Amino acid sequence: MLKYIGFRIFQALLGLWFIATLVFILSRSIGDPAEVFTARNSGVDAREIMAAKLGLDRPVHEQYLKFLGQLVRLDLGDSVSNGIPVTQILVERMPATFTLGLVALIFALVFSLPLGVLGAVYRDSAIDWIAKVLAFLGQSMPPFWSGIMLIILFAVVWEMLPPAGKGGWTSYILPGFTLGWGVMAGMVRLVRSSMMDVLDSDYVVMARAKGLPEAVVIGKHALRNALLPVLTYSSLVLGAFMNGSVVVEQVFAWPGIGTSAVQSVVRRDFPVIQGVVIVFGSFFILINLFVDILYAVIDPRIKYTP
Amino acid sequence: MVNQNIEDDILLRVEGLKTYFFQRNAVLKAVDGVSFTVAQGEAVGLVGESGSGKTMTCLSLMRLVPQPGARIVEGEIWFKDENLLDITEHEMRAYRGHRMAIIMQDPQTSLNPVYSIGEQVAEPVRLHLKERGQQAMNRVLDALRAVRIPRPEQRLVQYPHQFSGGMRQRVVAAMGLTTQPELLIADEPTTSLDVTIQAQFLRLIRELQQDSGTSVIWVTHDLGIVAQMCDRVNVMYAGRIVESGRVRQIYKEPQHPYTRALLDSVPLMGARRDKLYQIDGQPPDLRSIPQGCPFWPRCPEAMDKCKEQYPPRTSLGGQDFVHCWLTEEGR
Repeated sequence: MLKYIGFRIFQALLGLWFIATLVFILSRSIGDPAEVFTARNSGVDAREIMAAKLGLDRPVHEQYLKFLGQLVRLDLGDSVSNGIPVTQILVERMPATFTLGLVALIFALVFSLPLGVLGAVYRDSAIDWIAKVLAFLGQSMPPFWSGIMLIILFAVVWEMLPPAGKGGWTSYILPGFTLGWGVMAGMVRLVRSSMMDVLDSDYVVMARAKGLPEAVVIGKHALRNALLPVLTYSSLVLGAFMNGSVVVEQVFAWPGIGTSAVQSVVRRDFPVIQGVVIVFGSFFILINLFVDILYAVIDPRIKYTP
Repeated sequence: MVNQNIEDDILLRVEGLKTYFFQRNAVLKAVDGVSFTVAQGEAVGLVGESGSGKTMTCLSLMRLVPQPGARIVEGEIWFKDENLLDITEHEMRAYRGHRMAIIMQDPQTSLNPVYSIGEQVAEPVRLHLKERGQQAMNRVLDALRAVRIPRPEQRLVQYPHQFSGGMRQRVVAAMGLTTQPELLIADEPTTSLDVTIQAQFLRLIRELQQDSGTSVIWVTHDLGIVAQMCDRVNVMYAGRIVESGRVRQIYKEPQHPYTRALLDSVPLMGARRDKLYQIDGQPPDLRSIPQGCPFWPRCPEAMDKCKEQYPPRTSLGGQDFVHCWLTEEGR
């Protein structure tokens, strides 16, 4: 178990290093950053001063080592548009994005687990149909549209919830639900189908043959096995939250990383874009690491296999 | 409730049991009017080819037929003086795992992969015997020792994937036997084990049965196992019992051509035979069971009458009987 976790942490570090290298290569292959950072009609001098400031006049390997060295010290450079350190921008904005992602995940789980389980246990019942319709809608509607519709309905027409911005806990409901809905759709289907497979298995018949009440048969013997594929899916889903947050934060004027990603693209603020990509990438890797460790805790068959 | 079984030592009496599968445009009669009895401490065989309704009969006894799809439509299952088809689901749960237990065919799939062996064997103990903690664990250890699992203290915390097929089936047996049930249903428990492990397992169950006086229903397609394990045997074909008798009697004088055919297809050590006997044709498809006696298309001695009407029950003395026109006409 410890060996497995150690190996997975090693893999995660390797992944982080890979992302950093990719960002380094990409940022230098799209064009001359000095060119990008300087005004279009500025002369050669301005470009050279910018290149020297960014260290682009040094040999590539030197640049690379310096880049990694700064990264290890969490120094991502300064924003070109306002000179604030990128790390500071990201640290300020990260909590908003993460809490929103968390709220979305809670929404997705709170709806998909019971709906998926009940849908599998009571096949073709009313609850199964409700789950199917909710999943269908969630998967077909893009969040920029469903978000606006939810704003119109709950904020404008019924005036129940704030339309945008980050404030009290009520301001989390609409963006969280919008972000979670699409994810919930896939999860309901997955929970239902994986639960149905498990319910047909011999060990579930054996659990019933022991005389265990149905709630224990389903809650203890079936659910834990049915959750294994759901857990794998959750790790992918959290990545989807990162992508989704770019859209959803924009719709709800949410002061998170997604919003600064859009702003920095508009302003061609290269260091900030780099920082956002590195943060999203690292977050994805950390989530995968966490899920793999959780997997080993839930399923005793998982062992260290290099 | 009528007190049906009190006068003799009958533990289980199944009467006219019918379990059907309801499909979109067909009704499959998996169990079609099965009647048999099991006495206290008796081992009764249920023999037949795949698809003859053996497993569905067993699941019906525990009221665990697959849902949705299958339903017990008719019959009585008297366990001592209670009809299991009359009681509530809650009352039924007190039977399962306490007074009757089941060992299923495939030890690879009948244990839950994510819980330790100790946890799984302890469940019926905690549930039915209301024992907790060390007391429950001691009982689990005793059960694992009884099925001869070496080093049970260490094995207790291990998971199913750390056990071999034969050992897993012993764990399943231990799970069923910890609560000392009155009836053990063994649904082809040795089919997926190799021959030497199979012999060990059979011997083990035989000994446990003799020690505890548990009644056993042995489901198998192997008449060799029946000869070794059972006192009585019921031969099933297409959802019905076609012949029932004491094992010795059936081996000596099989009445039904199907029973004869089954016996002929058991390979005998030392017998000089060029080719192993096999029954022609396939077991009938439950969607289209032939009219009359369902065995007639494969029966070497089929008469016109067999194609028209299902033969009545012909008593062969005691509880023995056969459903065959040959015997019926012969007397």
